[in-house]
Amino acid sequence: MPKTPVTFTLNGAETAVFVDPGANLLDVLRRGVGDLSPKQGCAQGGCGACSVRIDGALHLACLTLAETVEARRVETTGGLQQGPEPHPLQTAFMECFAAQCGFCTPGMLMAAKTLLERDPAPSREAVIEAISGNLCRCTGYEPIIEAILLAAQRMQGRAA
Amino acid sequence: MSSIEFRKDLFADERDDTLVEIGKPHQRQDILGHVTGRTKYYDDHLFDGLLHMRCVRCPHHHARIRSIDTSAAKRMAGVVRIVRPADVPRNLNTLLSLIAFGRDDEALLQPETCAYRGEPVLAIIAETERAARLACEAVQVSWEVLAHVLDVEEALAPDAPVVNPEYPNNSFDYYDRYDHQKLRFGDVEAGFSQADHIVEGEYQMSPIEQAPMETCGAIAAPETNDRYVCHTATQALFFSLGTTAKLLDLPSSRLHFIGGTVGGGFGGKVDSIVEPMAVLGARLTGRPVKFMWDRPEEMQVGAPRGAERWRIRDGVMADGRIVARSFTGFFDAGAYTRLSSYAIVKGVGHLPGPYTIPNVAANVYCVFTNRTPATAMRGFGITGVDFAIECQMDRVAEAAGLDPIALRLINAYRDGDMKAHRRVAKNTALIECCQVAAQKARWPLPAELERLSSREGGGVGDRAALPETVTDQVGRIGERRRGPVPTAPHEATGPKGRVAAGTQGVAAVAAAPQRADMQIDPARIGHRTDTPTVIPAAAGLPAQPSPQSSPQPAPLSHSASTPVRSPGPSLPPGAAAPSAAPPAAAPPTKAPPTTAPPPTAPPGAAAGQPPAPGSPAPPAATSPQPAPYTPDKPFTRGVNRPGVSRFLSGTRRR
Repeated sequence: MPKTPVTFTLNGAETAVFVDPGANLLDVLRRGVGDLSPKQGCAQGGCGACSVRIDGALHLACLTLAETVEARRVETTGGLQQGPEPHPLQTAFMECFAAQCGFCTPGMLMAAKTLLERDPAPSREAVIEAISGNLCRCTGYEPIIEAILLAAQRMQGRAA
Repeated sequence: MSSIEFRKDLFADERDDTLVEIGKPHQRQDILGHVTGRTKYYDDHLFDGLLHMRCVRCPHHHARIRSIDTSAAKRMAGVVRIVRPADVPRNLNTLLSLIAFGRDDEALLQPETCAYRGEPVLAIIAETERAARLACEAVQVSWEVLAHVLDVEEALAPDAPVVNPEYPNNSFDYYDRYDHQKLRFGDVEAGFSQADHIVEGEYQMSPIEQAPMETCGAIAAPETNDRYVCHTATQALFFSLGTTAKLLDLPSSRLHFIGGTVGGGFGGKVDSIVEPMAVLGARLTGRPVKFMWDRPEEMQVGAPRGAERWRIRDGVMADGRIVARSFTGFFDAGAYTRLSSYAIVKGVGHLPGPYTIPNVAANVYCVFTNRTPATAMRGFGITGVDFAIECQMDRVAEAAGLDPIALRLINAYRDGDMKAHRRVAKNTALIECCQVAAQKARWPLPAELERLSSREGGGVGDRAALPETVTDQVGRIGERRRGPVPTAPHEATGPKGRVAAGTQGVAAVAAAPQRADMQIDPARIGHRTDTPTVIPAAAGLPAQPSPQSSPQPAPLSHSASTPVRSPGPSLPPGAAAPSAAPPAAAPPTKAPPTTAPPPTAPPGAAAGQPPAPGSPAPPAATSPQPAPYTPDKPFTRGVNRPGVSRFLSGTRRR
């Protein structure tokens, strides 16, 4: 079957890749482009480990047809760090012990970034709501919630 | 973080307070990789020309393979290789064979009869995962569906279908001889006959899937020097390497295993199934092969924490001291052994929980059923029985009219106490844990319990002693011998308070029971015959409890903190049993072989049921005589097979 060319920006960089018809964005990012930061936990939209941002909105890459990202802006956790220092969310996750095995972390970070762009000073309830589509099995929700609140606090302080 | 409070005031004098790292946040050394997405899990290693392997699985709980038609699958686009059981060089293994525990009982790909839903019979390697999936669906298997058994006690019934041909009695053979793991410490029957209350309970756990975020999987590829490299999610890298070497008949020097980065495991990634499959695929195709379970496979065939059924019987004094506790446990191993046999050994070592109880007995069965094989999970072998024990403690508290925390404090083990597995308790802290928990919950405790300490009162007198332990006619602990008993037992010459000499070997024939009344009546230990053996009232039986016994915690005298072993006069070593000693059991009432009892009796259906909360008076108070202890239904059932000892399988087919 003929492959389809798809061009999009991945973490700010122009990217072009040939995709099989019906291929999902997760496989294309991981094997086609080589961005291994989104993870496959369930491949059926249940766990959130593959969460990426498309034009600033949170999407599950395993349920997104690769062809639909043509000319759009895709962000992954692999591109979260800009420059030499980690993103404040990453720093907060490290300080709060918000990752144990780390498999859910890339998806959590994407969900958190989407929340903080929409609501820079979220309530605890808003944080819980924002990561409600992301499963963690090492019992890490509390540190994750704390990390997101801490990052929000710091990013606000910087903006002020 | 802020919710954690460190109680450094407890046992402060036992250490220099140089624990500089404890209580301070510390970053994981691998966390930068986790938050940047740079951590490489097994699936983050990219290979050109990667092939994908998937399995054809049995859709039934128990079914024989009549025939397999792969002709349609073979012709499908992208299919590279069909892997059959005959392609596995040594297609039989048990995980713990690497430490010489148990017999090989599980095929990597099942050639004959599948014993659980999802057991693999064939694997297909294809260019894409999609092609492999479609080809698996195109394989036609003709199944002869067999009767299956999903309940542990039904599996032990004489007419139950044989789940695992290596163990035709549906129970693991301990030490190749015994159908259960046994614990004996003191004499539970003597303890029960002294107790004011008998409290029984049955507890059932379900299997629990570990459900890690990353499913089980491995990628294998041919490497230089005729080796195979294998990137794997395993939690047990060298188990996986050894198992792969064994199944594929390869020297382990030809295997290069890379692991250590696990996307969650919790015990579910020790079974070493995906690694041999991936390496086999690489070997058969000469190309990199990935074998990865998808989420439905992880849930259906990923080995869970095994289900456990526990029956506990406690003999409790009116002041809350538990003087005897017996267990009958059934551990659901699923279709194959994996780690269940070992989980039981560990669990039995944990009995009777963190309490000092002078008389303990346990018979625990590792039972094969047509369910997914069970394996490790957090707290491996301990969690299930702890659940049962702590539920039972609450039930005991209710029956004895005691505060549940007070009951735990009264019975808690302390430093220096002898535990049922014959090791001295050290660094105990249950008392302090209970006190802090009560404090946090604003739960009032009597002042004398507030003053208890794990470091005081333990290890004195009977608490530190190994009790005389019931032995059988040949001097071994409990009844477990098939065949005739030697006609002339020797005089009791063995050391008191120890396991009789020679329990490991035939020399034990020479050993005699330690005490006349310790002659084993098979009905006395653990399982009973269907005819109740009534133990006559003893001279040393405690006085009748007051009918108006208060539901408040009984006032504790100093003796309450030092459980006595026996209310009767203590027996000097080597002395003959005085008449006032706990009575000999009634002569074994030879029950005519009856039909096997129904596999599931309602728990607590008969005598010994804890009284209803509204009636604190124990049943004995209503009767003029101390009520004789009568065994009830849940404990009457062992492995009743006509002509076979209930305690010894001994019928290996090989």
